[in-house]
Amino acid sequence: MNYRHIKKWLLLAAIILSGFASHFSDAINAYYLQVVIFIGINIILAVGLNLINGYTGQFSLGHAGFMAIGAYVSAYLSNEHSAGFFHALGGASFFSVAALFLGVLIAGGLAAAVAGLIVGVPSLRLKGDYLAIVTLGFGEIIRVVIQNTDAVGGPRGYGGIASYTTLFWTYSIVAITIYVVVSLIDSTYGRGFLTVRDDAVAAEAVGINPTRYKVTAFVLGAFFAGIAGGLYAHSTTYINPSGFDFQRSIEIVIMVILGGMGSTAGVTFAAILLTLLLEYLRFVSGYQWLPEIVRRIAANRVIIYSLVLIALMLLRPQGLFGWLPRRGVPVGSARVKRTKLPPHAP
Amino acid sequence: MSSTEFIQQLINGLSLGAFYALIALGYTMVYGVLRFINFAHGDVFMIGAFCGYYLSPRLLPHFTGWLTPLGPVTVLILTMLICALLGITIEKLAYRPLRSRPKLTVLITAIGVSLFLEYGGQFVFGADPKSFPELMPDRALEGTGALTITTTQLAAFIVTVILLVALTLIVKRTRLGMAMRALSNNPTAAALMGINVDTVISFTFGLGSALAGAAGILFALSYPSIDPLMGLLPGIKAFVAAVLGGIGSIPGAAIGGIILGVVETFVGASAFSTYRDAIAFSLLIVILLVRPAGIFGRVQPEKV
Repeated sequence: MNYRHIKKWLLLAAIILSGFASHFSDAINAYYLQVVIFIGINIILAVGLNLINGYTGQFSLGHAGFMAIGAYVSAYLSNEHSAGFFHALGGASFFSVAALFLGVLIAGGLAAAVAGLIVGVPSLRLKGDYLAIVTLGFGEIIRVVIQNTDAVGGPRGYGGIASYTTLFWTYSIVAITIYVVVSLIDSTYGRGFLTVRDDAVAAEAVGINPTRYKVTAFVLGAFFAGIAGGLYAHSTTYINPSGFDFQRSIEIVIMVILGGMGSTAGVTFAAILLTLLLEYLRFVSGYQWLPEIVRRIAANRVIIYSLVLIALMLLRPQGLFGWLPRRGVPVGSARVKRTKLPPHAP
Repeated sequence: MSSTEFIQQLINGLSLGAFYALIALGYTMVYGVLRFINFAHGDVFMIGAFCGYYLSPRLLPHFTGWLTPLGPVTVLILTMLICALLGITIEKLAYRPLRSRPKLTVLITAIGVSLFLEYGGQFVFGADPKSFPELMPDRALEGTGALTITTTQLAAFIVTVILLVALTLIVKRTRLGMAMRALSNNPTAAALMGINVDTVISFTFGLGSALAGAAGILFALSYPSIDPLMGLLPGIKAFVAAVLGGIGSIPGAAIGGIILGVVETFVGASAFSTYRDAIAFSLLIVILLVRPAGIFGRVQPEKV
């Protein structure tokens, strides 16, 4: 049995295990269940963004926008068309619900992927800082457009979404996402992503088209974000445009940076850790015995994000989990020799 | 839209554009010497507004009688000084240790600094919007016919023009300004010619942040509700203005800011007013696709 088969078996095992866990989810406290599902959604988001920011060396700050598209498209489809769909299949059975949910999730993912294509195409001309601002801008444009779309409630938000998201769906998709990204990067084709990141000019010289790789990374990352958005919408049953703002994008970026850009294992750990930490801080801010200043800092989680970001960049730019497997030279490591003075030209 | 209304919107647009121009100058100057986008710049603008908020009740009562007009000026100058110090400190603590690292590292740090200022500000000042004190009587000027021009609009415009002229003189006529231009032209050669790179970069941050602080006060005069997150959108829009004018170009930043202000005001007055905040970004994407160097920017060939 070689390595490639191990990955397939692991994928299958993860899916079966999540189905099994899902079976007993009624026994779990509803709040814990929600947190576990959020962890899964964040893993999907972070692993998808890692493909763009980590492996391909782009910098996207608009991941929440793709998530919003997936969330709204899937929620709209399942709200408006579930009745007709169930009617055609002869009632809402276990299988028709599964087929519907899978269908709307994929539709949300595809819609987000199309948006990723639209963002990816201008990205071919841009690098680094500019790309960051443009993706930030796209994320904001998506949010403004949703806010102005009355069919999905505009600024009031969109509710009444069926609660389809279960442990099974979340963690099967987590497993598939990780499997796809790891297999892709391990493949001959996928090495191109790392080449584009490490040296786009050299990549072009050996016949790798950087533009195509960048766009592919965007489209795939956006697709996963769209699916995550669909899971999120069908888990909270109510979505609001302001839930997909810049701060949400930053949260995902922090997971990727914390985990070490270009390490799927690290990013997965970081997503788990950060989601748990943020939930824990909710409790900390309620502990009356703590001094008020500690409680207020705990309630204002972005202060903690920002300090983590700055400290990480100054002290450990390779992320927290440097010992985990990764591909290529880590972004920001001392092994990449750069000029001492500020480089020229955008 | 009648012609009076058109001119009225144009005036409103110009005064909004003046703020964007002042903020954009900081982006453009820092980009000129360091080739990186100082994400935290918009938040220095916010700190400027809060400096005005806390300074004016403490300073203004001391300026009575014929000294009254000097009060707001003192507040403005002190705010600019505080913001300049803040900018220099940020550069020293957060950006300088990273100067030899990849650009992405610095960019992420800048986002971190920006978030820290915003939410640290929320922690210190409180998250609720505060009403900015009246530094000067705000009333419509007389003798302008059907048009409304307020005293604050006029003051903001005059201060902007003075600051722009001063900045141009500093950059064109002083030794530090010359060093700045040299550094932005060719950092390696500038360092070899004995220019102290650290001093020039500190000076640039100080200058840019002082302008952002001034913009903060002027903005708060016209839109007197300030909160710790107020810097985010104007900051990003000013960046768009800097790109529009050609990043690295000082007149470009001023013109880009004014164009953006006017366009935004006209969209705000049209049927698409709810899309107002999306305009800047759409504009940015269009510029980057059509003319990435901006109006006054030089196209720099990529060296391999």
